Formats: sequence, C-alpha cells, structure tokens
Amino acid sequence: MSAVPLLAVDDLTVSFRTRTGAVKALEHVSFSVGRGEMIGIVGESGSGKSVTAFALMGLLDAAARVTSGRADFEGRDLLKLRQGELNELRGRDLSIVFQNPRTALNPIRAVGTQIADVIARHDPGSAAKIRARTLAALQAVRIPDPERRARAYPFELSGGMCQRIGIAMALACRPRLLIADEPTTGLDVTTQAVVMDLFRDAVRAGGASAILITHDLALASEYCDRIVVMHAGHVVETAPTAELFRHPRHPYTAKLLGSVPSAVETIDDLAPIDGSLPDLRRADLPVCRFAERCERRRPVCDTAPLLPEPCGPDHLVSCRVPL
Amino acid sequence: MTVLLRRMLGIVPTLAGVVIATFVLTRILPGDPAVFFTSSPTADAETIEAVRQKLGLDLPLWQQFLIYVRDLLHGDLGNSILTGQPVLNDLMQRLPASAELTLAAFLLAVVVAVPLGIAAALRPGSLVDHACRLISTAGVSLPTFVTGLLLIYLFYFLWGLAPEPMGQLDPFIPPPARVTGFLLIDSALSGDREAFVSALGQLVLPATTMAIFAIAPLARMTRASMLGTLGSDFVRTARANGLRRRTIVVSYALRNALLPIVTTLGMVFSYMLGANVLVERVFAWPGVGSYALDALLSLDYAPVQGFMLVMAAVFVVVNLLVDLAYQVIDPRSGLLSHG
Amino acid sequence: MGDRLALARYILAENPINLVALLLFLAFVGCAVLGPSLVPYDPIATDTAVALQPPSAAHWFGTDQLGRDVFSRVVVATRLDLVIAFAAVLLSLAVGAVIGATIGYFGGALDTSVSRVVDVLMAFPLFVLAMAMVAALGNSVSSVVYATAVINLPFYIRLARAEVSVRKGLGYVEAARVGGSGHARILRVILLPNILPPLVVQASLNLGWAVLNAAGLSFIGLGVRAPTPEWGIMVAEGAQFIVSGRWWLAFFPGLALMLAVFSFNLLGDGLRDIVDPRSRT
Repeated sequence: MSAVPLLAVDDLTVSFRTRTGAVKALEHVSFSVGRGEMIGIVGESGSGKSVTAFALMGLLDAAARVTSGRADFEGRDLLKLRQGELNELRGRDLSIVFQNPRTALNPIRAVGTQIADVIARHDPGSAAKIRARTLAALQAVRIPDPERRARAYPFELSGGMCQRIGIAMALACRPRLLIADEPTTGLDVTTQAVVMDLFRDAVRAGGASAILITHDLALASEYCDRIVVMHAGHVVETAPTAELFRHPRHPYTAKLLGSVPSAVETIDDLAPIDGSLPDLRRADLPVCRFAERCERRRPVCDTAPLLPEPCGPDHLVSCRVPL
Repeated sequence: MTVLLRRMLGIVPTLAGVVIATFVLTRILPGDPAVFFTSSPTADAETIEAVRQKLGLDLPLWQQFLIYVRDLLHGDLGNSILTGQPVLNDLMQRLPASAELTLAAFLLAVVVAVPLGIAAALRPGSLVDHACRLISTAGVSLPTFVTGLLLIYLFYFLWGLAPEPMGQLDPFIPPPARVTGFLLIDSALSGDREAFVSALGQLVLPATTMAIFAIAPLARMTRASMLGTLGSDFVRTARANGLRRRTIVVSYALRNALLPIVTTLGMVFSYMLGANVLVERVFAWPGVGSYALDALLSLDYAPVQGFMLVMAAVFVVVNLLVDLAYQVIDPRSGLLSHG
Repeated sequence: MGDRLALARYILAENPINLVALLLFLAFVGCAVLGPSLVPYDPIATDTAVALQPPSAAHWFGTDQLGRDVFSRVVVATRLDLVIAFAAVLLSLAVGAVIGATIGYFGGALDTSVSRVVDVLMAFPLFVLAMAMVAALGNSVSSVVYATAVINLPFYIRLARAEVSVRKGLGYVEAARVGGSGHARILRVILLPNILPPLVVQASLNLGWAVLNAAGLSFIGLGVRAPTPEWGIMVAEGAQFIVSGRWWLAFFPGLALMLAVFSFNLLGDGLRDIVDPRSRT
C-alpha cells in the first residue's frame, strides 16, 4: 500500500449543463487505489459515485464538463487522453461492469460473440484462439456449459447470469483495474452473494484492483479493503474498512452507519438521516454540502477551502468538526 | 419453421377480404357499363339488355360474386372494355413499367435516406443533422404531383437537362426485344445502348419524384432509430470496452436500429403503390396506374378491379416479407430458437 | 395546465420554425375565413382577353387560360381545401375513436372481426382506395370528405383500441364499474375523454396528409370538379402549360398546397411535443 498507487484521482471536478442550470456534480474528489486492492465508494443515490466512475472511463455524456483534476492511471492522466488512446485502454487495462446487466448487453447479439468482440479488439488473433479465450472467460465466472451458453442471447438468461457475462466481458482482457457500478442492483439476495464472491475471486485471481460502487454499506464492508464515503459530490471520508466502522470521523459517515441494519444492535437503533441532498444547481451551495443536515454545524464550517485532513492511520476526513 | 408457416397462412383471410372488398367496391361504381359499351345513339333497350346479359350484369349480386371468384381462381380477371383485351393480359403487359419505376424510386430513396439518417444521428447538431431534419419535415409536405411538375419545369423546360416527359422511351427509338419487360434490363441484355440511355433518361425524373416523398419518413426514422440505439446502455458498454467506432456504429447501433427502419420501408413501399397513379399521370408513364385510372374515369370496371386486387396482393406480400425480415433480424421473436 | 403553457412557450422559443409554422397556419385559417370576401377578383369570372398573363402588379399570381385571376382563386381555394381536410379528419377521429374504444373495451369476437376488417382496409394502398371510393360515391365535396375519412379510419381505430386496452384494467375504471356504471357510460364519460390527447395529436399529424389526399384526387379528375377553385384542380389545369413555360398557373396553387401541409405537419409535431414529449423524434 505504500507503493505507487495504481490509480490516483486528485481534485476531480465535474459539472453538467442542463436546461435549468449547471449541476455541480463532483467537486474536489480525491482518492487512490493501490495495487491488488479493492476499494468501495459508498453514498446515497445522487452522491456522485457513478459520475466518478464514468468520468474515469470517459463515458460522461456531452453535457458534462471536467473542469479540473487529474486521474493518474499507470503514469497517464485518464482525463487528458485522446479518444484513440482511451479506446486502447478501455476494455483492456481498465474496465467496468454496469448496473443493469440485461440492458448493458446487446439484445440481438449472442453473448459469446459480444465477449469475442472485446477480445478481438484488444488482442486480435485467429478465430480459434479468440473462441478459446471466450470460453475461458466464461469459465472464469463459473458459467456452466460455456459452449452452449456462449450462443445464447441475453433474453434467454437470468439476471444473475447476465451479470456474470458482464463480469466475464470486463475481465476478458485481464485489466489492471475493474470498476463495478452497483453490480448487484436488481438481483435477489442469494444471487447478489454469488455474484460478489465471483467478482472478488476473479479480480484476485487476475491480480487486479477494483472499485466497488454501492449504496450498500454492508456489502462494501464485506468485500472492500478500504472505503471512500461520498456525499453530494464530495468525498467526505476515506479509511480502511475496519477503521471506518470502528472510528467514523465524519458526521455523515456516523449517520450512515447508524442507518444500516447490520451495523446496529436492534432495529430500534436505526436512525434515518435528516434532510436530503442539496440541489446541486444552486449558486449558493455551502462549502460543506452536508452542513445543512448536520447538528454539529459551526460558523467555521463555512470557511473555504474544505480539504481532507488525516485523522488516523491511513484515514482522511473532510470536516471542520470531526467526531 | 412453424412460425414461418403460421405467418404465411395468416395472410389468407386478409387476401380473402381483399377479394370481397374489391368486388363490392367495383359493383357500387356508378354508371351502367352496358349503356356505355353500346353507347351509340341508336342503341335501344333490347340491345342494352342483350349486352347486359352478355356481361352477366343481370344476375343477383351474390351470383355475380361467385362467378367472379371462380374466374379469379382460373386467372380470369375479365376483359377491359376500352382495350378489348383480357385484363390479366393488359396488367401483365403494363406491370413491368410500373415495377421498374417503383423499384428505381425505392432504391433511390433507400440509398439517399438511410445514409443521411445515419450521418445525422452520428453528428447531432451538425449541418447534416439539420439538413436531415429539414428534408424529413419538408419532404412529407411536398405533394407528389407538384414535385413532378416542378422537376419537369426545372429540368426539362428551364435547363433542358431532362428529356420530354412523354413516357418510358423516346418515341423515335424502337424498344428492345422484350424479355422481362423492364426496359433497362432488356436493353442491357440486347446490348442496345441507345435504348438503355433513353430509358434511363426518361426514368430519372419520375423516379426522383416518387423517391422524394419517401426519403422524408425513411430519413427521419433512420435518424431517430439510430439516435435511440446510440444512446442505449449496450452501446455504452461497447464504448466502455474500447470497441472501434466502426464496430459500434455498424454491428451494435445500426443492426439494432434496423427493426423500425424495416417497418418504415414497408410503409414507404405501400405509399409508392398508391403514388404510382399520380406519377404515371404526370409523366405519361405506361404503367398499371395510368391504365387503371383511365379505366376508372371511363366506368370500365374490370381493369379497376384487377388493379386493386394486384396492388393489394402485392402490398400484403410485401408486408409479409417485412414481417419475416423482422423475425430474422430480431432473435427475440422466436423464429430462430436456441437451447 | 400552467406548465403545459410554459412548455408550449419553450417549444415555440426553442425553434423559430415552430413560430413560423404557427403564423403560417393562422394565415391560412385567415384566408379560409376572410379570403372570399377580400379577394380583388371574382375567382370564377373569366376574361379571355387577359388569359395566360404572367404575374404582374394587376394580377399578383398571373392569370390562367380563361383569364381568371390566379391569386384570387388560390386564396378562395383555401377555404375548400381546409374544410375538406378538417372535416375528414374530425370525422375519422370521432368514428375511429368510438369504434376503436368499443372493440378495445369489449375485446373478444367483436375485436377480432373488426380488426380483420381494418386489416383488409389497410391492405389497399390508401390513395387507390380513396380513388375507388370517390368514383363510387360520385364527384362531390362530400364524397372526398368521406373517402378521406375512411382511409384514415384504421389509424384512429387502432390507436383508440390500444389506448383503451391499456386503460381498461386500471383502478379508476374498475372503481366506476363497481360503483354501478354501465359499459356505455364508462366508455363515454371515462375512457373516451382520457384517450383523446394522443388521438388529437394523430389528427394534427394527419391534417397535412388529408389535404394532400384531397388535392391528389382532384388532380386526377375525381371529387371536386372545375370550375370550383381548388388547389389540386388548379395544378392539374396548369400542368399542361408547364411544358410551354407558363409556370404560374400550377406553381402558386402548388406552393400554397406545400406551405399549408408544411405548417400543419410542423404544428402537429409541436402539438405532439407538448402533449407527449417522450415520443419526440
């Protein structure tokens, strides 16, 4: 972990132009991913987790503007790459698994062919070789009867199976970093566990690092080495998992932990978080975007800039009045 | 295979309905053809009655219908009063001219509209995009007969680029030996360069006229469908995996966008079958459309009946083809099944 | 309603073409309503001394082969063409909505048999069907209206049927049934008003097509007959003079036709954007 990180994101700021104003989706987002590490980015819906992932992958839509920041991946800044260079990288060194497994696949193309497309793009070879690698990719995610399944179409497969295909596709070219954007959404609990175990094992087997994006803190705690907590487009706290659960420093993190069933003793201890995410189009957003929902708010909270401060072993928090 | 068979059998009731509808429609057309046929001032009631009997018009309606169906099954569509020939012969004689025109127009429309729509979808907000949207909206507003006349005025009268709009071939050039009835094919087959060039020249304006109206909905649907697939989740996945732009556009976006485009192609073809009549009138084209129109205006029943039957039958078959194409493109329809 | 108006204003502002279309539409309606009383010349008065004159200060659109003022005829024809189109579309809409809603609601054998008839109707190229019907019904304005209405009927029947099928299982319909409302009442009071918006959008999109259809029919000599001023007839009469370079007889009615259809289509698109933005293409 003390070595040069695989991915170092620094001061990433993204805003979207919309009909009703500019949405400041991400502000001063910084975190890093070490080699062989799986980190979790957690937060409510709308906290900017997916936007971060899409920004790294170059998948933001035309209305988005990356106004500042760097994302150093293996010595190159992902945000400054030209389209051609980015396309070389994507699918090969850096890949992503999406939220909705069925819609993420081409409905009228056999799943095996879709995986083969990716392999052929980054590692062209004979048809036989590509076919062998496709089958190997399916086997890596433990899909039974891979020859037959490769000819299937997404509508013939279950949601869990589709997600395995998605993971197989993302791992096919042995990436260094794999991003999983809410990979268990829409899957039932048993399938969730199966898919996540598969994911972790496949990532470890390939010696890759991973970013797990989820709103499910319990899920993150089970699979991730470190956790990055986001709120309203800001990174509010980063820490190794155990440390975060034992000593949450940011008021939001504490509330998040208090609202998760597994983290509390009884259901009576469950406490919802007051208020809701601020409207990110406002021109008068406070320096700390959690301030309006926080009981610990002081005048000092309104002084800019709000930077992450160390507060424990490998533990950073962006708060003027940490716990 | 059973899906295929079921689809094909499904058109039988529609065809039956078409036969009935055509019969009913032509029987309520005004005028007594017997009167018209004998129309000499000296015709008396007896002669008219004799003619009416000969034409079978004195029988009750349902009997006329049965005779009609029986004749139909024998390929007898009746005789045209104007030409004196069996309608079937007349139609077979004139069908290639209409077919050549319609197919040329159809191909022209597809070749222009589909690439335009794709280009517009790939470059939103660009000049191509605006041009596509303008053509789509303006194109459906242009009445076929007005466009035809406009093109004649510009290209024939004003700029002298097109030949006189007097039919399929320059009247001074002898037609090539008839093999298919398609002048372009026949003149190519017999190596008759002069006829080929003349036929091509005569074909340009009427085909363009028909194509213009068809380009609009086709370009619009292509653009919309492409925009839809380009913005879909699976295209996002393809981009995330670094697939080449060409692979994404062709194998992922376009192939998935084809489904509604194919449906629109069927609609466009149907429209052309109707527009035939107008275009053939404007350009004096010797096709089935002008044949039927002349017959209609002269109260000559049989050709109109034959024309409507043929047009409807062609349309039903085309729709079937579109349906089948759909099944082939989209594996979700169950035509091709997997384990 | 307030945000519908706001959206309407937004759409008008977003694309200046929409505003142009609206103004054109109003101009045509104005011509239809006021035209005949404001034109400089009698549209059917002939004066062979001034036949075939190109556009001039005295005759803005020139004169035709019988010396009639083309401008006056074009303006007066607006009323006829618009009336035919509106009447046909409204008729189609009303009858189609009732039929479609009924078969969608009751389903079963009624649905299958009516749908079969609609399939047969749609098997004919529309214009061909219109031709045959006008010929059968006789050359008059009403037969053109009926023929145009009939060929448009299938669209409304299918649309109404689909919309009702979707809605008939919904809560408020069930509630009405339980409350004792009979089928007729449910159809008339609850379902029909609810399915009107998409039907009206379809109607506005069909308006342009209806005008083209009517003009096409008179162009080939069916329906409205000379000397009644109607755009299709005028184009047909002017066609023979095109080859000798006298373009104005056919050009101005043709232009009027194009602009009318163009503005109807654009308005239809705009209306659709307001009523159901999700179906924008």
